[in-house]
Amino acid sequence: MNRMPQSVESANAIADSDALAVERTLAGDRDAFRVLVERHSQSVFRLAYRMTGNRHDAEEVVQEAFLRAYQKLGQFASRANFGTWVYRIAANYAIDRMRQRRKEEARREAPRAEGQEKTESDPVNLVHDGKPTPERLTQSIELRKQMQQALAALSHAERTAFVMRHWEGCGIEEIAAVLKSSSGSAKNTVFRAVQKLRRSLQPFVERGTQARVMGTES
Amino acid sequence: MRHVTEEELIAYREGLASQRSVISQHLAACEQCRAELQRIEAVLAALDTLPAPDPGADYGQRVWQQIAPRLPEKRGRWWRVWLEPRPLAALGAVAALIVAAFVIGRLTKRVEPGVDAANVGQVRERVLVVAVGEHLGRSEMMLVELSNAEPIDPAQKLVNISTEQRRAEDLLEENRLYRRTALQEGDAGLASVLDELERVLLDVAHSPEEVTPAQLEAIRQKIETRGILFKVRVVSNELQQRQKEIKPAPSQNNSTKKEGNKI
Repeated sequence: MNRMPQSVESANAIADSDALAVERTLAGDRDAFRVLVERHSQSVFRLAYRMTGNRHDAEEVVQEAFLRAYQKLGQFASRANFGTWVYRIAANYAIDRMRQRRKEEARREAPRAEGQEKTESDPVNLVHDGKPTPERLTQSIELRKQMQQALAALSHAERTAFVMRHWEGCGIEEIAAVLKSSSGSAKNTVFRAVQKLRRSLQPFVERGTQARVMGTES
Repeated sequence: MRHVTEEELIAYREGLASQRSVISQHLAACEQCRAELQRIEAVLAALDTLPAPDPGADYGQRVWQQIAPRLPEKRGRWWRVWLEPRPLAALGAVAALIVAAFVIGRLTKRVEPGVDAANVGQVRERVLVVAVGEHLGRSEMMLVELSNAEPIDPAQKLVNISTEQRRAEDLLEENRLYRRTALQEGDAGLASVLDELERVLLDVAHSPEEVTPAQLEAIRQKIETRGILFKVRVVSNELQQRQKEIKPAPSQNNSTKKEGNKI
């Protein structure tokens, strides 16, 4: 859920190792950059996927984020926090990608195709307690659909703020830097995102909870 | 007793509340606000069940393989880059651009200073438009040929795409040059299409010389999925249109003003 390392010691060790890899890359050792790419790709992918909502765009965001990081490495001042920095680059590019995607979709005026993601995040996997009955499966599919729609209905800034705060555990200052806003404004964007998600999803969540309670009682 | 607002509860839940202890105390005493917090938590917990797919343990390695060929060379050895075979093609493209700019520059040399300054931008744009137009035409031709590639002998199991591969390598270097130039000129749309084309060219350039029909089909599908042929055609048409719209560089005998400025 959270990209933060599990202990202060491991966080420091990774930061030191990152700083060394950055120094070596800047000194001309291109392979040193490989260490950084291999270490941070997974977490950047997770962020990108949550922001863009599809695997194809997420993979593109990851590649572009590392390419840009390599090109701008000389401008990177705080070398111990490479992970945070590349995260920020990825989030910025993901926002651009989402805007571009929305424009393309508006031009096509066709409903968005749901392909791979459906099978990747099959609702059956969500059901942990016992066999999925047809009713629960239907509710699960419906809830998943509603969640995807609710997230897609957020503005780019709201989705970015929510993903970074709730799923990735980023600090408000970090979110504000990506949104190019003040801390207060970034905080309000997080609140607004949660409020909107709540308005959209609470009826479905409550229906699911009630159904589970009734299922347990019967 | 004032109840906690929804915003305060969200701030509390997300660890952003400034008066955390005050809210905690209130929640301990107020069932209504506790229930409200639980409703917010239920929605957020439901969202937590939306999984992000696992890209696989080797994802970092795959990302590296994809981006490594696109990373710029190190500065300390810049001169070596130009002695390698593929950059020679880019060097050729640079030389072609310089020659084209020089020829057009000679043609516009006798224009009066005010008009000359106004035309410099147009001339530059014209050079880029012409050069990129030709590059896109060559790229399109290569991609079409690749899409139609078949074994020479139907009995053969492998398809030889070494010709297309070599052309993709040459086009790749040119493409990088034009993409950078487009970015410098502030033409983000053109740069974006060239960026997409670069990825396809990269895929082709890094394919084996001989591929199975399945591998070839995978390459074709990549080309189709990205819609790159369509984009290339659209941009080529736009460039042709731009070429027509750009005012031609004035020649020395089509204006009375220019007559006065002849050397």
